[in-house]
Amino acid sequence: MALSTGMKKEMGTLCAVMGLLMLIPLLNAIGPISGPFSVSSFEVSLWGKYLTYAVLAMSLNLLWGYTGLLCLCQSLFFALGGYAMGMYLMLMIGERGAYKSVLPDFMVFLGYQKLPLHWEPFYNFWFTLGAILWVPGLIAFAFGFLAFRSRIKGVYFSILTQALTYAACLMFFRNDFTFGGNNGFTDFKDILGFNINSDGSIRGLFIASAFLVLITYLVTSGLLATKFGKVQQAIRDSENRVLYSGYSTTSFKLTIFVISAMIAGAAGALYVPQVGGINPSVMEAAKSLEVVVWVAVGGRGTKWGPVIGAVLVNFIKSYTTHAFPDYWLIIMGGMFVMVVLFMPYGIVGVYQQVKSYLARNRSFETTTV
Amino acid sequence: MNKLIRIISRFVTFGALAISTAFTHLHSEDTVKVGILHSLSGTMAISETSLRDVLLFTFDEINASGGVLGKMIEPVEADGASDWPTFAEKAEELLAKDEASAVFGCWTSVSRKFVLPVFEKYNGLLFYPVQYEGEEESPNIFYTAEAVGQQAIPAVDYLLEEGYTKFYLIGTDYVYPQTTNIVLFEYLLSKGIPVENIGGGIRYEGDVAVSAGNYTPFGHTDFQQIVAEIKDFAASGGACVVNTINGDANVPFFKEIASSGLTSDDCPIVSFSLSEDEFRGLPTKDLVGHLGCWTYFMSIDSPANDAFKANFQEWLADSAPAAVQKEGRVTCSPMVLSYNGVYLWKAAVEKAGTFETDAVIAALESGISFDGPGGKVTTQENHHLTKSVYIGETLEDGQFDILEVMPDVYGEPWLKGTFK
Repeated sequence: MALSTGMKKEMGTLCAVMGLLMLIPLLNAIGPISGPFSVSSFEVSLWGKYLTYAVLAMSLNLLWGYTGLLCLCQSLFFALGGYAMGMYLMLMIGERGAYKSVLPDFMVFLGYQKLPLHWEPFYNFWFTLGAILWVPGLIAFAFGFLAFRSRIKGVYFSILTQALTYAACLMFFRNDFTFGGNNGFTDFKDILGFNINSDGSIRGLFIASAFLVLITYLVTSGLLATKFGKVQQAIRDSENRVLYSGYSTTSFKLTIFVISAMIAGAAGALYVPQVGGINPSVMEAAKSLEVVVWVAVGGRGTKWGPVIGAVLVNFIKSYTTHAFPDYWLIIMGGMFVMVVLFMPYGIVGVYQQVKSYLARNRSFETTTV
Repeated sequence: MNKLIRIISRFVTFGALAISTAFTHLHSEDTVKVGILHSLSGTMAISETSLRDVLLFTFDEINASGGVLGKMIEPVEADGASDWPTFAEKAEELLAKDEASAVFGCWTSVSRKFVLPVFEKYNGLLFYPVQYEGEEESPNIFYTAEAVGQQAIPAVDYLLEEGYTKFYLIGTDYVYPQTTNIVLFEYLLSKGIPVENIGGGIRYEGDVAVSAGNYTPFGHTDFQQIVAEIKDFAASGGACVVNTINGDANVPFFKEIASSGLTSDDCPIVSFSLSEDEFRGLPTKDLVGHLGCWTYFMSIDSPANDAFKANFQEWLADSAPAAVQKEGRVTCSPMVLSYNGVYLWKAAVEKAGTFETDAVIAALESGISFDGPGGKVTTQENHHLTKSVYIGETLEDGQFDILEVMPDVYGEPWLKGTFK
């Protein structure tokens, strides 16, 4: 099949981005120890974290940017994937915890005699991989089924999703919910038999995150190119018209909601080993709002916007919390205000904005002369 | 429109210039970098900002008297933003990028749990200044904080001495109250207090009690039912309440207590999370007469404390950075434990003759003393401190009237299951 020029160009961009990303672990492995081209393991894991945020933003963009569903529980799906991975990592600590028990430390501390039944299968890495996808997927299915079938739309859908993540957060904060309460999971030792703190594992997790970005990108653009994607965007633009044309919007929305939740879960699963822990604050309602901000800053409803937004906002946050610890909130807030005021289509839209501005000016000049 | 764009572009250039000048830190051979890792934003900022302030003050004080091993301390601040993954990221940045010789920071247990693997990975050194639950002993952390045996147990000892026989346990549902209360439960049983005299509820796993006390979520506001239960519990006399509720939730709790008619004479409440610094933001009216237990009170009458308080106020007035709040400042136990930590680190570096982590840890483990504002503190081999414990009664102005002093209490992190 011959590729159209547009697709060729897109493939070129994609290859260039992946190539640039792969430079990071490569320089870490064989690059210089100091100088502008040195990349420390700290930076590799930091950028790996940004990439998982990018995937999370892309998963929200799929809902908000392309289907018009402003979902405020994306961080819940992210956290569920993270918790699934965290359970596996906790079990892999084995007897190296503070209490030298096969049980995770917090269970010994809370007086558990044996591992709760639902923890058992997480000894198996492949089961964990599955759970990372199906647990958020299942929650999204159950919630989405009820919400979409009752035709809950717009702001009501947003509020309900926010309530969902809030409720889940309160539940996970409880010490008797068997997921470690407020302290959550920390101090992991191994992943797949490798020391989680070794440079090799850090590079591996980064590469996995980069590939997750690639896969998510391909899934998103693949979907958009199909008839399914067209219906999806039609729902965003006018749901009633789609409904009257004989499409069941419920099943379209439900499918996209489940896919988006699974992508967010996968992102969470790669986030946890790179950050070194998880606790319920990851699913706080405010965290989901942050994701909305990333997407808005980058450019809602564009393929690269969410990636650029997530990486840029988090990079600036990392930089300013260290360089200007007292003023970083003002800097970030100022940046968001600027984006809202002057870049309605996000950073990605600036190019188009400037172009049309120039075009308008030129035509204005020619007519007046 | 063109003019507007020109103005904006000028602003952007100016901003870029300002940022790039801020970039160029002055690096020099005769400074030593020390990290400060506290939340300056988010829910914990109200407590942790004070610790940042006192650390900056301590560094200035040490620098004014010649620094450490002839080097000036160069503080490197990072904002943990009350967000635990951010704490882990900033800890790694301080150790990997800034190569901080020591880091002073953290408040919540969960932030400490998130940074612990980072400090162990980079063989860093963290000083942790806030009362905590114990059950931890990292080779790379020094706990200048009160362990359970230096706050909860002395408080209960005091209440037992005073003749109280019924204890109601209440706290916020997280690891510090849970551990403190289960240790207290075991301790009370070992002191001959029968189970039915311990209120708040006990959860058993098989025959083993795994949780004691009544727990509420963070930021809980509705204490009506709990206070009614406490009132019933206290009706027969000789009762007191051990309170490990955290932060804001104390306000509705004490309001409810006051409006129920329970007074500190009927049923005193001893709190472990309310210090002078919290009273800057909380109304003290409902707390008057209730008890507090810390290893430092601002009201301690000693030359060391007077000098500390005076120097801190002078620093606030004359040389504190713009971001530091200057009015109405007080001193409290976590602040003094931060202060002590810096001086203990300085003494250890001087004893070791180097900033190298292993040597400094070895020097700290060998036992170093410092005469701080709260009396003498001495480091122990188990990375905790021997220090004096004070019991105080809350006064109207948010200060404490010291009722009892227990000198030189040993810091023991592993108390759970030790009282039979």
